[in-house]
Amino acid sequence: MTSKTISYSNAIQSGFCYLLDNFEEVFVLGQGLWSPWYVGQSMRELEVTYGRERIMDTPVSEQGSTGVAIGASLCGYRPIIVHPRIDFMLMAMDQIVNQAAKWSHMLGGQAHPSLTIRGIVNRGGEQGAQHSQALQSWFAHIPGLRVVMPSTVSDARDLLIASVLSDDPVIYIDDRWLYDNEEELEPVVELSLGKIGPKISQEGTDLTIVGIGHSAYQSRVVAARLRENGIYSEVIDLRVLNPMRVETIIRSVRKTGRLVVVDGAWSNCGVAGEVIASVVEKLDVQFLKASPVRVTLPSAPAPSSGALEKNYYISESRIASVCVKLMGDKKVTSKLERVV
Amino acid sequence: MNYDLGDLSNPAKLTDPIDVSGWNTGELIEIYKKMRLIRNVEDEIARLINSGEVKCPSHLCVGQEAIAVGVSYHLRNTDRVFGTHRSHSHYLALGGEPKSLFAEVLGRRDGCSKGMGGSMHLFGGKHGFLGSVPIVGGTVPIAVGAGLAAKKDGHGDVGVSYFGDGACEEGVVHEAFNLAAIYEIPVLFVCENNLFASHMDIHLRQPSDRMSRFAEANRINVQTVDGNDVLAVAKATETLLEKSRKGNGPGFLEVVTYRWKGHVGAADDVDVGVLRKEKDIIAWKKRDPIQRLRQGLVNQRKMDDSEFNAMDREISKDLMRAINEAKKSPYPEQNDLLDYVYA
Repeated sequence: MTSKTISYSNAIQSGFCYLLDNFEEVFVLGQGLWSPWYVGQSMRELEVTYGRERIMDTPVSEQGSTGVAIGASLCGYRPIIVHPRIDFMLMAMDQIVNQAAKWSHMLGGQAHPSLTIRGIVNRGGEQGAQHSQALQSWFAHIPGLRVVMPSTVSDARDLLIASVLSDDPVIYIDDRWLYDNEEELEPVVELSLGKIGPKISQEGTDLTIVGIGHSAYQSRVVAARLRENGIYSEVIDLRVLNPMRVETIIRSVRKTGRLVVVDGAWSNCGVAGEVIASVVEKLDVQFLKASPVRVTLPSAPAPSSGALEKNYYISESRIASVCVKLMGDKKVTSKLERVV
Repeated sequence: MNYDLGDLSNPAKLTDPIDVSGWNTGELIEIYKKMRLIRNVEDEIARLINSGEVKCPSHLCVGQEAIAVGVSYHLRNTDRVFGTHRSHSHYLALGGEPKSLFAEVLGRRDGCSKGMGGSMHLFGGKHGFLGSVPIVGGTVPIAVGAGLAAKKDGHGDVGVSYFGDGACEEGVVHEAFNLAAIYEIPVLFVCENNLFASHMDIHLRQPSDRMSRFAEANRINVQTVDGNDVLAVAKATETLLEKSRKGNGPGFLEVVTYRWKGHVGAADDVDVGVLRKEKDIIAWKKRDPIQRLRQGLVNQRKMDDSEFNAMDREISKDLMRAINEAKKSPYPEQNDLLDYVYA
């Protein structure tokens, strides 16, 4: 078996190719698909390989084109609608929340909008308030939607494939900050999305760090640094935000007694708070050695000016500092000051 | 205010019996029976609303029966039809069973949506009715997507989207027109222009009462007809579908009509909001699509009143049986609440 190192964005590309090669009911639509500007290296020249009938660049109509994907999905196709910037996907909220999420339930299980909605988080670079959002909690709130956020290169490919092969509407959210990460990639194994849950990326005994998408990657980086300094954290990549399965996290916190949840989005009514609430509800308080902590964005829109932006997003040193503080042991803390 | 529809929106006009020449009597009787069935179903649902047995919001289509019947006359069960909050007629005209509709509005498990949808969320997959929703304009792009799927399938099937004049005030509907036009998608847009959105008269909402102007802006083939003339509706549908089925993109059928009942429920809504007077309702009842077809057949001596009366009684009897059976259907199981969320 040969495995090769490829980037996160190329892994997404290979997921698209796998789907388009093997499933004739798969087609893709969205804005910018015939242009290198919008989707970077993740969908390069797909229209050349698969033709413009299967790779449809659309007019500037997020809601209309999402509805088109739903309609085709009700008639035996598995479309992927791509929103190259998740902020613009808000224009399609009626189709996503009122239509895609509801049809199975309100029609008694007789209609299944089996589309995948890819929303790309694209932050930094002074892009400002309407080009920088991470809105996963909006979608994770809605019964009927499955929401996935891959943080690893292999998940970028394999969760895309699992999303498209699911008979439910799936929101697949990827983050451009992950695009250059590289990993070895094993051959594709088709997974059932309903069976996929949080994944332990690194085992540990001192504290549990749960990350989501890019913040799961950051959590792994932080965990490696903490480990060098004698703190053994267990990192859990949430992967699937809805329906959320928390058993793995509960088991981990029962062992470590400490929980940090990192989500590159706002706190209020967010995924980080949901993870903590779900754990605390089901875990006897005697297992907790410290109050769980969220690491999230300030409650403000993304700023444009670089002077504000550099302190707005979550840094790895901020996560590390929270973890160290949570350990609460002064001796350990002093030993670890250089980590933060 | 611009009355661009002319006689089509003037209830004093177009009240004559329908000219049935050139039509086969057997077919006309089937068309009549379908309209009568829809009228009677709606009347029964109105009674069930008044008795408190039907509690879900129900938007009745009394007075508008000719549209769904005329359009469905040229549809096949492999076409993909999508409806609105007011879709009982769309469902029934395609062959949906009255018993399943009654069970659905009564919240029963034998309903066409397993008792999970109520009046506003109907499903009749085997008849080509793929769903209706009350979010105004919500199904219009979905029907375009179903048309895209039909185009990819290549069997000449079409998507069909029913919506009203109010939906033409939703942005997504214009996105859908544009998408259908630019991708040459086989979809029939059926705009049931009943001159009202909820309580508001069209002349208070738009600078023109003619909805087909939006289709023309997207270079979509248009037919604008009297929605209370079932044969005119059928003929216009045939013209538009012929083009779509051959791969010449979408068609837009504007059918002008009037609903006799209020926006929702069994009341007439006289003087609710503005410009809905009792005299208007009385005037529009003279353009009754069912009576006009019946009179056309009587005038041509194809049928007489006693034969029609016997037919009507038969329909009523069948419906009473359907209602009684629907009332015996069980309610959804508690586990249905969670079981239908995901596939």
